[in-house]
Parts: sequence; C-alpha cells; structure tokens
Amino acid sequence: MATISIRDIRKSYGNTEVIHGVSIDVADGEFIVIVGPSGCGKSTLLRMVAGLERITGGTIDIGGRVVNELEPRERDIAMVFQNYALYPHMSVFDNMAYGLKIAGQSKEEIRARVDKAAAMLQLEPYLDRKPRALSGGQRQRVAMGRALVRDPAVFLFDEPLSNLDAKLRVQMRLEIKQLQRSVGTTSLYVTHDQVEAMTLADRLVVMNGGIAEQIDTPMAVYERPATRFVAGFIGSPAMNMLEGTAKGSIFALEGGGRLTFGDAELAETERPVLLGVRPEHLKLAASDEAALELSVTAVETLGADTLAHGSLSGANGAGSALVARLPGSVKVTPGDTLPLAIDARSVHLFDAETGRRV
Amino acid sequence: MVEKRGVGTNMVHLVLITGIVIVCFPIYLTFVGSTLTHFEVIRPPMPLVPGPHFIENYTRALTSGVHVPVGRMLFNSLVMAMGIAVGKIAISILSAYAIVYFRFPFRMLAFWAIFMTLMLPVEVRIVPTYEVAASLGLLNTYSGLILPLIASATATFLFRQFFLTVPDELLEAARVDGAGPWRFFKDILLPLSVTNIAALFVILFIYGWNQFLWPLLITTKPEMNTIVMGLKQMMPTADDYGNWPVTMAAAMLAVLPPVAVVLFMQRLFVKGLVETEK
Amino acid sequence: MEKRVTFDHRLLPYLLLTPQLVVTIVFFFWPAAQALYQSLLLPDPFGLSSRFVWLSNFEYLFNDRYYLEAFTTTAVFTFFVTLVSMSMALLFAVLADQVIKGASTYKTLLIWPYAVAPAVAGVMWLFMFQPSIGVLAFYMKAVGVPWNPVLDGTHAMTLVILAAAWKQISYNFLFFLAGLQAIPKSLIEAAAIDGAGKWHRFRTIVFPLLSPTTFFLLVVNVVYAFFETFGIIHTMTAGGPGRSTTILVYKVYSDGFVGQDLGSSAAQSVILMLVVGVLTIIQFRYIERRVHY
Repeated sequence: MATISIRDIRKSYGNTEVIHGVSIDVADGEFIVIVGPSGCGKSTLLRMVAGLERITGGTIDIGGRVVNELEPRERDIAMVFQNYALYPHMSVFDNMAYGLKIAGQSKEEIRARVDKAAAMLQLEPYLDRKPRALSGGQRQRVAMGRALVRDPAVFLFDEPLSNLDAKLRVQMRLEIKQLQRSVGTTSLYVTHDQVEAMTLADRLVVMNGGIAEQIDTPMAVYERPATRFVAGFIGSPAMNMLEGTAKGSIFALEGGGRLTFGDAELAETERPVLLGVRPEHLKLAASDEAALELSVTAVETLGADTLAHGSLSGANGAGSALVARLPGSVKVTPGDTLPLAIDARSVHLFDAETGRRV
Repeated sequence: MVEKRGVGTNMVHLVLITGIVIVCFPIYLTFVGSTLTHFEVIRPPMPLVPGPHFIENYTRALTSGVHVPVGRMLFNSLVMAMGIAVGKIAISILSAYAIVYFRFPFRMLAFWAIFMTLMLPVEVRIVPTYEVAASLGLLNTYSGLILPLIASATATFLFRQFFLTVPDELLEAARVDGAGPWRFFKDILLPLSVTNIAALFVILFIYGWNQFLWPLLITTKPEMNTIVMGLKQMMPTADDYGNWPVTMAAAMLAVLPPVAVVLFMQRLFVKGLVETEK
Repeated sequence: MEKRVTFDHRLLPYLLLTPQLVVTIVFFFWPAAQALYQSLLLPDPFGLSSRFVWLSNFEYLFNDRYYLEAFTTTAVFTFFVTLVSMSMALLFAVLADQVIKGASTYKTLLIWPYAVAPAVAGVMWLFMFQPSIGVLAFYMKAVGVPWNPVLDGTHAMTLVILAAAWKQISYNFLFFLAGLQAIPKSLIEAAAIDGAGKWHRFRTIVFPLLSPTTFFLLVVNVVYAFFETFGIIHTMTAGGPGRSTTILVYKVYSDGFVGQDLGSSAAQSVILMLVVGVLTIIQFRYIERRVHY
C-alpha cells in the first residue's frame, strides 16, 4: 500500500525531450489508467516509475520515498508486461516464485504465497506447466500472479491485454478490476484502448505528446474534456468539431453559415473557437427546432444505435463532416437530409489556437 | 504434387547410392586395411573384404602404436578438443553477455577487437603465434595446445546474435523480480542458451579434435602428440616400412569420436553448423 | 540492433570481457603485429641480428618465381576443389530433396565426412592411391591409366584436389539441402501449373532462388581450400613433387619452419591476412544483403 507522487517528471533521449514535465498524485489503493495514442510517452512514464528508464528531471516518490536512484527491485513494485515476459524455461510455479526466491523467502512461505495467488487466479491445475503449454489468457494470469505474490506497494501494468482477442480482453478486464479491488494495491495501468481506460480507472490520465492533458475521473473526462485532444480521443465515434465564433445563441461557422441554439447562451468569444458536440448529443428534431441539417452520405447500423455520417448542408453552409448517433429504431438511408438539434448544455468550446477548453 | 514416377525415381536412388558408395569408400577401405596384415597390404592388390586381424591390430595400435601408443594420443586429443570447446564457449558467452547487456566506455572497441579475429585462421599467422607460445613456455603443454586456438570470435558472435533475440521484457521482468546481472545470467540467460551451447560444443569439439598444424608445431615430445598429427608420423615411408594395418587402425580410431558426435548428435550438429556460419 | 534496457555496472563488463580479450591480444594481435613487424625486417645469415628493410621482403616475394608459382598453384587447387565439391554436393542435394523414402538415411550417410580431419582424409586417400601399395592405384595401372603422384606433379595435384573436395562435399551438401528445403513449395507448384517441366523448373526457379546459398558456399569453399587444407597437403605430398602442390599456406609454413626464412614467411603471412580480410568483407556484404532480403 502506498501513494505515488510524480513531480514534474521529464525524460530526454539525447537532446530530444519526450516527456515534458508530468505531475500525478496517486492516492493509496487508487487505480490510475494512463491512456494516450502510441508515442505519447505513457509507456516511458510507466517504465520510469518501474525504474527501467532513467529519469531526466523531476522526482518520483513511492510511499513517501524518492525512488529516482533506486533499482527496480528496491522500489517495491511489481509489473505486468505486454507480452507477459514469462521465463520460458521455468514452470508456472517457478515463474511466480522467482522474485520471492531472490528475495530470500523460505520455501514454505513461497509455497504458501504462490498457492494463494494461484487460487485467486484459478491457476492451481497449471502450476507445473511451462508457459508454452498455456493459452493466452492463462499466460496473462500467470503474469498477474507473478505480480500478486510479491505483495508489492504498487502494481504497474504495461498494456497487459493488448495481445488477447476481443472476448478474452473483456473478461480479463473485469478480472483485473475485481482483483485490484480485493487486494487494494495502488495501480498504474497503461493502455491505448479508451474503453479499457474508461472501465478500469478510478482516475484517468490522458497523455499526448509527452504531457498530461487531463487527469480526472472517467466521467469528468468524458463530460468536461479539458482540451480539444482529450475531447477527440475519449469517446467513439470521436466528438464532432466545428470551427467558428460564438456570440449569444449563435455560432458563426468559419465557412459561412450559422448554428442557432434557441434561447441558450453560449460563452462569448471573439477569437475563433472549436465547437465540439458528441455524436450522441445530436438529436432528431422537427425542422423548425433543428440547429443544423445533416446530409447523410453513409450509414452504419450497430443494432442498438445507428451512426449517420454526412456533412452540414443548407443554411448551415456546406462541407464540415459530422456524425450523429441515433437510436437503432430510426431508419436512415444515404441521401437523406436529417434535421438535428443540439442541447446547448452538451456543447464544448475549445480555443482554436491553444486547444484549451473555453 | 502429381508427377510421373517409376524410372525417374529409381534413377534418383541409383545416383544417390552411387554417391554414397563414393563418399564412403575411403573409410571402408581404411577399415579393411586395419583388419589385414602388413604383408597383405604391401603386396598389391590388397583384398577388398575385411580380414581376421581386427583385434590384434587395434590392440597393438592402442597399447604400443608406432612411436607412442594411440591410446595416449587419443587422450591428448580428447583433452585438447574438450579444452578448446569448453574454453571457447566459456570465454565467448561471458564476453557476448558483456557486449549485449551492458553499456560501458570502449564497448564498441572491445567488440571490434574480438570481431576482427572472426575469420583469421591460425595457419595464416602460424610462425609468430608459435614464437609467442614458445616465449610463454607453452611448448609441450596442454595449455599450449588449447589457449591459442580459443582466440576466435565465431562463438562470441553466435552468442551475441542469440542474446539479441531474447526479448527485452525478460530482462525487465527479471530486474523487477530483483535479479542482478549474475542471477539473470545464471537463472535466465544460461538455461535459455542450452541448445545453442550444445550445438556449438559439437562443432567446436570437431574443430579442436581435427587440428593438425598447431599440435604439429607446439608438441615435440611424442607423448604430447594428438592422434590427428600423430597419424602422419605413423605412416610408413619408403625407407621405414612401419605397419600399415596399425596405422589404418589408428586412422579409424582418429575419426571415430568426431564421426560419432556427428552421427549421434546430428540435429545439434546441423544447427551448430548453420548458426556458426550465419 | 541494441538492447533497450541494460545493466548499470562499472567494473563487471570489463571483468566479463577480460578472458577473451587477453587470449585475443596475446594470441592474435601480438602475433599479427609481430608478423607485420618481421615482414619489414631482414635477418642476417646467422640469425644474430636483423635490419629494417621496409617493403623489400614484399618486393622480393613478388619477384620470386616460386612465390608466384604458389599463387597459380593455389588458384588451380582452389578452383577445382570448389568446383568438384560444390557440383557433387548440389547434385546429391537436389536428388535427396526429391526422395521421399529414406531421405534421412541418405543425409546421414552423406554428412559424416565433415567430421574427418583433413590430415586423416589425406592419409585415407593416400592409402587408396599411393603408387606402391594403393589398391586403386594398382587397378588404374592394371587397366593402363598412367598414375604416379609421387613423381608427376599433375597426378599429385589431382590427388590432393580429390581428397580435399571429398571432405568438403558433406558441408556443401548440408547447406544446399537446407537452401532447397527453404524454397517455398508454392513456387514450385506455381511453376508446375504454368507448365514448366522438372529441368526447366530447376533452371529457372530453383537455381536462381538458391543463389544466395551458392554464393555463400563459394566464399566458404575458397576459404577452406586456401587455409584449411594444410593437413591434406602435408600428409599426402608435402608440397611436392617439385613444389607442384605447394599452396600459399603451405609455403608460409615451409619457408618459416623448414627454410627458417622468417622475413619472407612473415611477409607471406601479411599477404594472406589481407586475402582473409577481403574474403571477410565479401562475406559481410553477403550477410547484410541476406538480412535485407
């Protein structure tokens, strides 16, 4: 059990800085998910916490102890790797026991701890097998078991589910969550999958280009994305973005045309802004109440929902691409023109230049 | 694939069998020669089927030989071959480990210094190598037979290539598990290298056993001779009639260990051969 | 290719490198430097002192009829050893690749000569072809083929070429067979459906795809014939008769140890090192190309 405090952490390779000062405070027992596109520095950040990468600047503090200069083994952490990193020549038991053996634990103690972890992960029948005789899900469990037996202060997960097929991923996701709840160990979890991030996290860290764009609970990140990047990255299909300026209840689109929001007031801006609205916040409406008209070019029927892809048309000007998520019961075909209303409360405004929420 | 068989297939087998006869004939004849009497051999043509003197000739070769018992030379060869194989593997797995898993000043310099020896056979630098060995007092010693021949980069290169294919995550996992350099080497890397070590051992054993020029120079006392070089001394010459059947028995004994290694460890042998030449 | 993560340790990597570096320096760099140094010296006739003569040892060598002869001898020897052993091996490999029944038996019976030491191969072949006692020599004479490798240089050359090629067949066979088995079956099948017959398939599909292996073996065989056949020459002909089988490596030995002409022997060593260097570079470029392939 421990808190983690990451203070203005930086990482450079030669003259190239890849992480530009990230600060995160993790409470004891909290499950933090770091999410971002590939190359955003999330894995590097995790590996710095693990002690596998040197820290160029800033400090990392685990359980009240600055660990910058400590080796991985001295940091009281355990890690689950993307491709499991099981020792191929050792049995499942030996894989899980290796760290304990090095730590000089007694045979009985090792046996007891491995058995306990194996029971939690339903691995008892496989303890004598070699990793190559296991399925992907079982290997994943062994990798988690290896972390579990150590009873460390912190669990680190580096995209642990990305090598599994879709169905197994959903199952393991739930297992990880339950497991973390039951042992209550502080966890840092890196993924590029936003669904994984949303479902697992107590709090999310959305990273992009070596900085943390937003740190908050999943719902807060979804409802009040701090930046244009976060708005686009979290949520699927991605949030629609329209460029223009806002004045009163009118949004003047950059390419000519306007959107009207009835009696709702938008924040007043002089500088150009981006107006973001999620596909699910576009609603079919009567023509006179509609904020915009969507000329449909493609339709994806998902069963529960129907996604209508198209572009603005008519009085709204033309061109800007837009997606609306409609109830599955609505019949739409390409070529249709749909009148859509926007709830002003679900609209996000971002500074067009800085990308920050207005 | 559907293909007309019959005459073609039989031809293939026929040519292959002919090839095998050609390839195997020298050793067959050597065996026949080792079962005859000296008199039968030097009165051509000698018979082409084995005679009854097998035990007599081999016993004589092993116990008294011509200058020195073949048994003694076989032992010397064994020591030399084992020494070269084990020595080469030991020093090169350590140096490959250093080069792949550590970062330190002059790392590339060390790599290239070792690497430059990759193809330079001892035959090319024979005179100065002999002088160096002689000045170090290595004449007529096992160290003299072994040490100069373990200076080669082939094995280092092979281990380096293998280590580079070991996933990085294994090292990271081991470090998180608390393993230092020595434990990682002993518990993870060495067990993973077992097949490579075995394959390399087979090749290096044959290499060491079959050395000729170096033992010829470094050993002047007959009791330090190895079998491969000693065989030449046993060959009857024009003015000294020697004993052909005993010599042929020695020849059979000289090829037996390496051939047995090839035949019984064929899979490792093929692997070793292909890997060392990569 | 480099490792992403490494150990931080100041002393340990040097300790790990020490054994190999010591052996390499003592038995490789020191002798090589020695050879380089001696190649620039000329000892006086009594071997008491020597004089620095720059490149005159090399100059002398390249005006030495015997040395130039050794070059030609080596070229002829290498050419025929490579040709004979590679073509035999290719034939056997192509046939063994087609055999379904007994393929592994054929393979086993063809690879064992690899384990025979060149010197022992020399003794075995001499036992067959020695004019006075060799049983094959006897039958050759019986059917009227003139044969006397002890006196006739061409006969002696033929004999050492055969013995050296024989020993190398297994090696070439193994690599050709591996190369053949690596050719995707689908290519052969596509060619068969395109209507190519067996021979045509071999000429237009198999052989071109085998060319990396062939090129690799070419270099290996040249290295073998140049340097590793010392034992064969020494046991069978000792370079004779009349220097007709004195290849370059043998001359380094005989000038250095028998003739005690250290300056010349050292200069020859230096030249051979250059040859090895060139072959290494060729081999490397080949490896790089194969990596990209």
